[in-house]
Amino acid sequence: MTGILSLTTFAPILGVAAILILRLFGKPDDARTVEAAKWIAFVTTLATLALSVLLTARYDPANPGFQFVEDLPWFAMLHYRMGVDGISILFVLLTAFLMPICIAASWKTIETRVLEYMIAFLILETLVIGVFCALDLVLFYAFFEFGLVPMFLIIGIWGGKRRVYAAFKFFLYTLLGSVLMLAAILAMIGIAHTSSIPELMTYKFAPGLQTWLWLAFFASFAVKMPMWPVHTWLPDAHVEAPTAGSVILAGILLKMGGYGFLRFSLPMFPDASAYFTPLVFALSVIAVVYTSLVAFRQTDIKKLIAYSSVAHMGFVTMGIFSGNDVGVQGAIFQMLSHGVISGALFLCVGVVYDRMHTREIAFYGGIVNRMPLYAAVFMLFTMGNVGLPGTSGFVGEILTMTGTYQVSTWTALVAASGVILSAVYALSLYRRVVFGELTNPALAGIADLEIREVAIFVPLVLSTLYLGVQPGVVFNLTQASVDNLVAVYRAAIGA
Amino acid sequence: MFSNDLALAVPELILAGSALLLLVLGAFAPRATTPLGVAAMLALAAAAVAAALSPVGVAFKGGLISDAASSFSQVAIYAASAVAIPLGQRWFARKGIVNFEYPVLILLAALGMGMMVGSGDLISLYVGVELQSLALYVMAAMHRDDAKASEAGLKYFVLGALSSGLLLYGASLIYGFAGSTRFADIAAVVEHGANTGVLFGLIFLICGLAFKVSAAPFHMWTPDVYEGAPTPVVAFFAGAPKFAAMMLFARALYESFPGAVDQWRQVLVIIALASIAVGAFAGLAQKNLKRLWAYSSIANVGYAVLGLAAGNAEGVQSMMVFMVLYMVDVTGFFACLTALTREGRAMETIDDMAGLFKERPGIALAMTAFALSALGLPPFSGFWAKFYVFKAAISVDYIVIQVAAVAGLVGSVVAAFYYLRLIKVMWFDAAPGRTDKPAVEAHAVAIAAALFSFPIVMVALAFIDPQAQAAAAAFGLR
Repeated sequence: MTGILSLTTFAPILGVAAILILRLFGKPDDARTVEAAKWIAFVTTLATLALSVLLTARYDPANPGFQFVEDLPWFAMLHYRMGVDGISILFVLLTAFLMPICIAASWKTIETRVLEYMIAFLILETLVIGVFCALDLVLFYAFFEFGLVPMFLIIGIWGGKRRVYAAFKFFLYTLLGSVLMLAAILAMIGIAHTSSIPELMTYKFAPGLQTWLWLAFFASFAVKMPMWPVHTWLPDAHVEAPTAGSVILAGILLKMGGYGFLRFSLPMFPDASAYFTPLVFALSVIAVVYTSLVAFRQTDIKKLIAYSSVAHMGFVTMGIFSGNDVGVQGAIFQMLSHGVISGALFLCVGVVYDRMHTREIAFYGGIVNRMPLYAAVFMLFTMGNVGLPGTSGFVGEILTMTGTYQVSTWTALVAASGVILSAVYALSLYRRVVFGELTNPALAGIADLEIREVAIFVPLVLSTLYLGVQPGVVFNLTQASVDNLVAVYRAAIGA
Repeated sequence: MFSNDLALAVPELILAGSALLLLVLGAFAPRATTPLGVAAMLALAAAAVAAALSPVGVAFKGGLISDAASSFSQVAIYAASAVAIPLGQRWFARKGIVNFEYPVLILLAALGMGMMVGSGDLISLYVGVELQSLALYVMAAMHRDDAKASEAGLKYFVLGALSSGLLLYGASLIYGFAGSTRFADIAAVVEHGANTGVLFGLIFLICGLAFKVSAAPFHMWTPDVYEGAPTPVVAFFAGAPKFAAMMLFARALYESFPGAVDQWRQVLVIIALASIAVGAFAGLAQKNLKRLWAYSSIANVGYAVLGLAAGNAEGVQSMMVFMVLYMVDVTGFFACLTALTREGRAMETIDDMAGLFKERPGIALAMTAFALSALGLPPFSGFWAKFYVFKAAISVDYIVIQVAAVAGLVGSVVAAFYYLRLIKVMWFDAAPGRTDKPAVEAHAVAIAAALFSFPIVMVALAFIDPQAQAAAAAFGLR
């Protein structure tokens, strides 16, 4: 089955080509052209989803190594090298799952330059899948870095009032982290004389050098994640991005940071990772507690959810650097679950924003009286965000905390308060927006979910619940790779 | 043997002969600019073929070197010169200026550049530089009715003459202390480091060359000249002559001062960092795109110099790949500016580009590609160029250069701001409308260069990489 990975990665580009051909022969602003472009984008993302499901079905979970590997020599020692293991295939699946939802969510809300919008999303999908499949450092960097451009355009063209500021902040912040990573990548290639990720995973860098390389990669991934204190671009980017942009940002782009820690930091720089674990723990705990408190004081719904994302990512970094099976599994699960839940929450915000064009919490209140269906959906995802047992949010949080408890009791203890704090802000948000009397007369005519919106939420609801009661399906897929990763890591640091 | 010497100089002889021939023909048929232009392009093509097939050797007692490095650079330079002919001729024709001298001047400049990349002697170095520069001074001032162009030409000439003076003074000092003008002889004298006298001359030489490549702190002329000179002429002299001067830089340092590498390396690192900083920070304040790209070119030259500072074969290779890729990018960008007019007026400021994507999606996409490429974003050619340079710099076992490489990368983030601003204006802002139909030849050059920037570069590098490697190996370094 060689080639299926490249096909999955570049399938969205075929959709881009189709839209470009459409643009060549039709008028760009013609209603029929626009409609056709939407369908092309939707079908392409569905096809990509089908391909990635096929990929997962063919994946052998017992084999911890990379599968479906493709390797073509390029120039200057570089290779076009692709492959997936149990960790990355999960993120490919998540990306392919969220993309059709994003396209569907933008169906009516995006009215200007629809063709470009669809093209931007399709290109973004290729780049994100490429990040998770690339097995060559430079190829990885190319996918990772170019992803900034479509996102820059999505925020900057279709965003809110301060979109230009947010787009620049997003781009420059991330770029600064990335160039430091580039410096480390170049140094690694210069020293190890290979850019192959599997080979570098077994290459032993000198401990002193590891520290610098780790810090450089950390600069990039911590910004992407984002970790406190370099998270400040995220609330701006989320607030200004269109709904689907927020879904992609929270659902997938943030996961690149966690994936980077798992793929690079732990296996390639084990000594440095062990050395810096207390630092990561401290930053994670601060993120969990501090950003939860910040979230509580927000007046903008989207900003509140953005801060809650930062808090949840704190659990992820904590779990990854606990360096044991439970913690790492939990972190991966938490990323997956957060991808679904936070994406769904941003869609929930989008629903009321499309109707009322404001995200002020104070504006709302009592909408359960007009939108019972919406209230139910929103309730489920709020509970998922809080980490209620039975939803996927619970599994990730409990596992990361268990894993961390084995390494650092205090860290786990303080982080556990984040569970309570998340209940505080999430439930109070829910109460203020949904419950109570309908006092604002502007809300009197607000309509409940329409069929299209219900169809968007159904897969998200089902997966949140299914992953909550049946997390084993994920662990079966990741077990072998995570075991291998943790065993190698622990052997390297002599634990 | 004199005939053997001539065999090594065939590309230069073709150019010299055809330049003189076209000059005579032009004197009798001054209106026949198109046939003259085509003939000049054919001459350049012939010279490029001759350069590619040129045998390896040293001619004229070491004055002229023909090796893989000179062939590589000559092919690239002659190709860039050939592109400049239609670009400039058609532009001047639209301005009502019919000049048969333009292709002749391009040929002479190309000849000078060909000599520069193959020089093995301080005398041929100087003659090559002057031949090239004098042709460029005239071209910068060719738009006679335009006060700015005349100013640019004069400024370019006066400051260029000053730098030539520095160069010549440095060369005379080196000759005085080393006892020879041949690079090979000088290398033997400074085998174990340069003494103060030679070093003094070397610094002057470096300053003169830094002037020619517009590296800080000798960059002051660049923004003014870029702004004033005719845009298609800028498209030419922002690319090929820089490449030639960088090659000359490499020749002078690597062929004649390999023993003093630890001494000149420090100077290069300072020049590189200063250029990157000036390019990044001064560019932030620019409103005129030609000035902006002048600062961008200063920063880019800084990267190339950083590659040279590596002081090994990988450094030369990285500089060559960098300059070739940069040359295509910068030619393409100025071709975009050449193509764009609004109601007959050139569009030169960032604000002029408002909403360009709506009006001229092709050119706007090309300019976006060049901006992202200059920003160093993969997979555009600018990224691969930086990839080579920084890999070479960071792999050197010398902490100063490694730190400089990281600082240079961080500097590129500052520069990212102004490239992004250009993209923002083109994509986010509303379009005022009324841009004219772009000129055919400039449009074609712009689109072709953009396609090279991505995706052709991903394939082309598989060919450029081994060529540049062989060229760098020809320097006979460690």
